[in-house]
Amino acid sequence: MSVAPAEVESPTLVEATDHPWITIVWNDPVNLMSYVTYVFMTYFKYDRAKSESLMLDVHEKGRAVVSSGSREEMERDVTAMHGYGLWATMQKDD
Amino acid sequence: MGAPYGFSRSRRGAIRLHLDEIERALLISLAHQMMEFVAPAPADPDADPLAALVGIDEVAQVPDDPALARLLPDAFLDDAEAAGEFRRFTERSLRETKVAHATLVAAALESGETAVPDDAAAAWLGFLNDARLALGTRLDISEDNQAELAGLPEDDPRAGMFHVYDWLTYLQDSLVNLLMP
Repeated sequence: MSVAPAEVESPTLVEATDHPWITIVWNDPVNLMSYVTYVFMTYFKYDRAKSESLMLDVHEKGRAVVSSGSREEMERDVTAMHGYGLWATMQKDD
Repeated sequence: MGAPYGFSRSRRGAIRLHLDEIERALLISLAHQMMEFVAPAPADPDADPLAALVGIDEVAQVPDDPALARLLPDAFLDDAEAAGEFRRFTERSLRETKVAHATLVAAALESGETAVPDDAAAAWLGFLNDARLALGTRLDISEDNQAELAGLPEDDPRAGMFHVYDWLTYLQDSLVNLLMP
């Protein structure tokens, strides 16, 4: 992978909540910008503007927080992202 | 007038895929290779039958092959124990998902059918993406070296692989664009 996991100032478009876990999608050199946008629109049902904004964060900042929620919900989201071929991880939202 | 190349929508709105016979055979071959590549290991006769029944793979580990590791990535960055547990619970079904995508693509191509039903498009995209991930990892592709790979001399073994990768990229992008609402 070409992008180091850099800390970014504003990693998320997801509103701050008390959800304790987050799903992060990481940049990689293979996944197409169009496909990443399509996945965010299709799976998360985000509108095109939000999906493109998250995709650009992945592409330019190296990562984006794409969802937040319970541990079980994030396990579901990470599994789905891996099914689509996106590189996703989950962690506690510290 | 020939049919439009690659994926297109007919005037009635149906998605169609037009390939020549060499391309069709290549895609069929790639789909079969993918099925073998990501296939779950045969069930261990000594494994807990209840665990197997609910899809838990007690021995699942990060694959040694970097291409397979990219297709089946860790779900946690800095927590090997959590990543291992996640993998034992989910890797088998993730492999089965990817096998199912490749199987659908191979069956469609082998039938000679050119129509791609809208509800099969996700499987097509998944397979095309998986194939690009595997080839891209083999080629050690990065954001910076794609022009270099595109300019390799014909006798470089990577040249043919990059040519296929580039073609799959074109196909995937054209299908995504047809599906964008």
